[in-house]
Amino acid sequence: MSELRFEGATVWFGSRRHGHLAADHVDLVVPSGAVVGLVGESGSGKSTLARAAVGLAPLTAGRVLVGGQPVPRHGRRPVQMVFQDPFASLDPRMTVGESVAEAIPRGFPGGRASRRAEASRLGLLVGLPDGVVDSYPARLSGGQRQRVALARALAGRPEVIIADEITSALDVSTQGAVLNVVRDLQRELRLSMLFISHNLAVVRYVCDVVAVMRAGRIVECGPAEQVLAAPGHEYTRELLAAVPRPGSVLTAED
Amino acid sequence: MGTSRWGRSLRTPLGACAAALLAVMALIAILAPVLWTGTANAFDTSAILRGPSPAHWAGTNNLGQDVFYQVLVATRLTAALALAATAIGVGTGLLLGTAPLVLGRRAGRVITAVVNIAVAFPALLLALFFAVIFGVGARGALLAIGFASAPTFARLTRTLSASVAGLDYIAAARIAGVGRVRLLTRHVLPNIGETLIVNATIAAGDALLAFAGLSFLGLGVQAPSYDWGKLLYDGLNGIYVHPVAALAPGIAVILAGLAFNLFGEAMARALGVPELAGGAIVRAARAGRGTRAGRGTRRAGAGASPGSAPSTTLPSTTLPSTAPPFSPTEPDDCVLSVRDLQVSFPGGVHPVRGVSLTLRRGEAVGVVGESGSGKSLTALAIARLLEPPAAITADQVRLLGHDLLLSPGDGVERHFLGTSLGMVFQDPMTSFNPVRHVGGQLAEVATQHQGMTRRQAAARAVDRLRAVRIPSPERRYRQFPHELSGGMRQRAMIGMAVMGSPALVIADEPTTALDVTVQREVLRLLKSQQAAEDLALLFISHDITVVGQVCDRVLVMYAGRIVESLPSAALAASARHPYTRALLAAVPSMETDREQPLAVVPGRPADPADVRPGCAFAPRCAFADDQCRDADPVLTSAGDGHQVACWHPQASPVPITLVSGAATPAATADARETT
Amino acid sequence: MALPPGGATPRTPRAMSPAALPETGGDGTAPERSASGGGLDSLIAAAASPWSRFAARRLGQLLISVLILVTASFLMIHLVPGDPVRAALGLDASQGVVNARRAALGLNDPLWLQYVHYLRNLLTGKMGDSITSGLPVAQTIGQRLPATLELAGCAFAVAIAVAVPLGLTMGVVTRGGRRRGAELSFTAVAVVLGAIPGFLLAFGLIDVFSVQLGWTPVALQGGFSSYVLPVLSLAIGPSVILARILRLEVLAALQADYVRTARAKRLPSARLYLGHVLPNALTATITVCGLLLAGLVAGTVLIENVFAWPGLGQTMVVSIISKDYPVVQGIVLVYGTGVLLVNLVVDVTLALLDPRSTIRES
Repeated sequence: MSELRFEGATVWFGSRRHGHLAADHVDLVVPSGAVVGLVGESGSGKSTLARAAVGLAPLTAGRVLVGGQPVPRHGRRPVQMVFQDPFASLDPRMTVGESVAEAIPRGFPGGRASRRAEASRLGLLVGLPDGVVDSYPARLSGGQRQRVALARALAGRPEVIIADEITSALDVSTQGAVLNVVRDLQRELRLSMLFISHNLAVVRYVCDVVAVMRAGRIVECGPAEQVLAAPGHEYTRELLAAVPRPGSVLTAED
Repeated sequence: MGTSRWGRSLRTPLGACAAALLAVMALIAILAPVLWTGTANAFDTSAILRGPSPAHWAGTNNLGQDVFYQVLVATRLTAALALAATAIGVGTGLLLGTAPLVLGRRAGRVITAVVNIAVAFPALLLALFFAVIFGVGARGALLAIGFASAPTFARLTRTLSASVAGLDYIAAARIAGVGRVRLLTRHVLPNIGETLIVNATIAAGDALLAFAGLSFLGLGVQAPSYDWGKLLYDGLNGIYVHPVAALAPGIAVILAGLAFNLFGEAMARALGVPELAGGAIVRAARAGRGTRAGRGTRRAGAGASPGSAPSTTLPSTTLPSTAPPFSPTEPDDCVLSVRDLQVSFPGGVHPVRGVSLTLRRGEAVGVVGESGSGKSLTALAIARLLEPPAAITADQVRLLGHDLLLSPGDGVERHFLGTSLGMVFQDPMTSFNPVRHVGGQLAEVATQHQGMTRRQAAARAVDRLRAVRIPSPERRYRQFPHELSGGMRQRAMIGMAVMGSPALVIADEPTTALDVTVQREVLRLLKSQQAAEDLALLFISHDITVVGQVCDRVLVMYAGRIVESLPSAALAASARHPYTRALLAAVPSMETDREQPLAVVPGRPADPADVRPGCAFAPRCAFADDQCRDADPVLTSAGDGHQVACWHPQASPVPITLVSGAATPAATADARETT
Repeated sequence: MALPPGGATPRTPRAMSPAALPETGGDGTAPERSASGGGLDSLIAAAASPWSRFAARRLGQLLISVLILVTASFLMIHLVPGDPVRAALGLDASQGVVNARRAALGLNDPLWLQYVHYLRNLLTGKMGDSITSGLPVAQTIGQRLPATLELAGCAFAVAIAVAVPLGLTMGVVTRGGRRRGAELSFTAVAVVLGAIPGFLLAFGLIDVFSVQLGWTPVALQGGFSSYVLPVLSLAIGPSVILARILRLEVLAALQADYVRTARAKRLPSARLYLGHVLPNALTATITVCGLLLAGLVAGTVLIENVFAWPGLGQTMVVSIISKDYPVVQGIVLVYGTGVLLVNLVVDVTLALLDPRSTIRES
């Protein structure tokens, strides 16, 4: 695992004159073996940054480095990604095993059988029940699909994993299970991970470092305890104050 | 899974008829030229231009040839030409349509632009243009019709493949290093293939008709060979004197065209395009799922819909009513009283199974549950917004003393509901009519139900917009919904709900589509409106924390039933149902211990199409025993204002940390912000 | 004209950066982009209004399409295998006549020069002369076009007048899977009528109404009664297709959240369907209407041949068969321009009707 580094990453969408700036000179480091949380509201540019890191969104300026090397725009990327929507992230015409095996690098030793075995091994690693590798995604629950997506990301032998809102489409009772898998994997494999979420409580639970994004810019970044306990930026305070807390009672506006 | 889905198209009467017609046509195309070419081409100078007779079923032409046998023999050429033209069109269309994916952005844009221009031209015009170039005759017509149908197919392929290419699994494959060609063959084509095949079938029918048209104009097949179009051309020239000669080829053309069309149609239905019977149900059942604004979580592909799993029928024993022992006398200030509400859909889907609740004036009651719990359907059923095929039954649904079950649905009833009950829905973007001004949508409540003039109604609407703290309400009144931000739209929605000074507002996931900071403002606004108007508020949400913040009382729903009802203040300290406790513990909060794994509820949420006897939560419950699996517990009193439906209610407090005083760091932040 | 934000690093207006964002409380309006510079910037701002941008882009698109159309019609005569003049005049014509006609048509010039001449002639309204009759093509088209336009216009009006009420009614009565019988019979009738080509339908109508009942003339353009059958045979197919599509759009609109909102307001049915459902369903079908109108124009070719209607279509078919290429070129241009105009009207209507202005911005 190595570090992921954004240097002045800028993404401009649309035509030159009528586009908008989705990411504005973002400098951000995901240290090797650490989980960095990226929080912000919809439209803040979190997902754009993630897509830029894997070459799905073109960088207008700046660069994205993994272990000091720029991320290639073609071929297998050293950064793998898990997406938000569990129902769009798996090909409905491929079995779970095929989807995972497809992501295994070409140089993997052995033939089809060994790739299949590797897919099964990864399935077990993310806590999929036995036999699921041979079924089609339609038969899986949302939480199981996200586990498959995690297994597929691991199959690509990534240096860094980006998790983009991976629990926001899940029911609350399954969200916890997926978060536990992420947490366990991170501890076992020392993954470098960029964990994107709009949910501060989820980010707090999973991440060591927290970066707050707004309107394409990182407005605050630091160790999780510090940012969440003593936020330095006005916007971070606003976000924190808005998080619903168990036991508190919302009063009407004055 | 493939063959059974295709087979379904044959099992409908329509599909079976069309398939049979096509099979007969194929058989004739193969056999007729071998068997009857001689008969068809034989001249019978003694019987020229005869009508139908036992010797010549469809009469004879001006050379005395038997039209019926000619039609049979011509089947092969006709079918071959139509299929060949379709193959040319589909092949060219596929190449042009998938080229943008393979060739990359720049070349793709040029191709797409050219196709977009070409597709605007009617196929017949294109065919005439090509007919000029390729010349009059069978070969010219074949190329003309083939190429004329290519733009449509290219556009279809492009649209379909672009929508598939935008899906996350393609992105994931690209990141994993899968090449463009493999992406196309392994991921894109298999997922658009069904639609392409359906459309190719219909296109074959169109090609057949197009040949008839060109031949009719004299531009198609030329003598001495003949297809149906040529026979038509010959017959139609004499239609006024001798109409039967045109009849047989005319019928053949129409039947064959219909067969292709209907077969395509039947396949489209069987493979599950729009109006599938289950569609509405799945949508209704999933209405409560939290999707965040701006990135809809759509289901991919027809095969991926989990709700379309075959539904098992309910156990034969009728559902025991779990109406709690509410006192039959209602409180004086009762706004809403619901007893034993049930909602069912055809096919044994039973998403709401006996819900009872009462709301007093000024009271806020929250209904919390996961997707499929029936909470949104409960709200819609109470508001009488469910339409068939949903079936609603209840012992009682009373709003301000009016029995809504017996309501006549007349004008009086409409005015009563329109002014007494306000609704706020989940997604403010889609809940306003996009092509009408915001203000007019508020004002029509007043003109329809309160007898106001347009001017008065407009003034009232502006007043309501101001009341929900929308800045410069006069300007916003004249704007379209898309010109407002998400939070402002939801405020306007609340303003619309209180246009008629209602006694009850039902808010169905009103903040799920909003950002947290906006969520807080909207919730506060809802609370302030509730206080100002002394409203009863029925608040539906999947988020138990939010419900606890907003409501006085919380009803927890699971699999269509209320499993626990308790005061919000008692949630953490004395929630007793294992499901409620799991909901509270499974969600990380700002105080969750990072060193401990999160509490997990095994299994998946109950499926309303598959309700088993016993407690619906039993398969996921750590405390379940045989009693739980056999008998469904009813809602029984468990202390002061607290009811629970569980055989093994838990007593200890839920292990979660609460906000208490200014001790926690987050509260410090909160305090700092307010100063 | 303006200075676009430089290639690699787009210039960021400072007003857009979060630091300079006025605090809008999370859901306020996005601040207008301030035109910070002098006159030039305000000029850019004016040119950048969505409407002028839409107009400019749409006009450019139209120009390109017209150019492609003109080029295609010019190339048509050169794509025909062999000598087009020999083909037109037949094998009996002497080589001298053919050569003279070739020279008169300018076919001996280099291709680019012919193209330049063709364009220049078009700009001055000249389309050449017919090979067979020698009459100016523009004159022939001028005589024939009105009859075709009348036919297509009437048929389109009839198709809309039938399809809109029919589609709306069917959508409303069959919503949510109700009245399966009505839905099935509507679909069956619509599929059957939609699958019968207009010219075959025309013969059926002639047989019944002209030959057997004698109510309408068999052919030729004349008084009102002569319009009935051509218009009907042209309109029935498109109207059932449009009705089917409109029904589906109505069903989709009925499923939409904003219709649920309207129902929650307890609006009377008429207001619900006409005020909330129909506008959205119609907006969604405008593109299809455009395609159908273009298809109607093309459909006149067949119908005119059935009814001996003195329009462009009849002339075109005669010219194709007699290989009178200048006439065919001219008529192709006219039909093509018609299609492009229909498209333009559709886009402008959409931009006007749909306030979400997707078409203006995409």
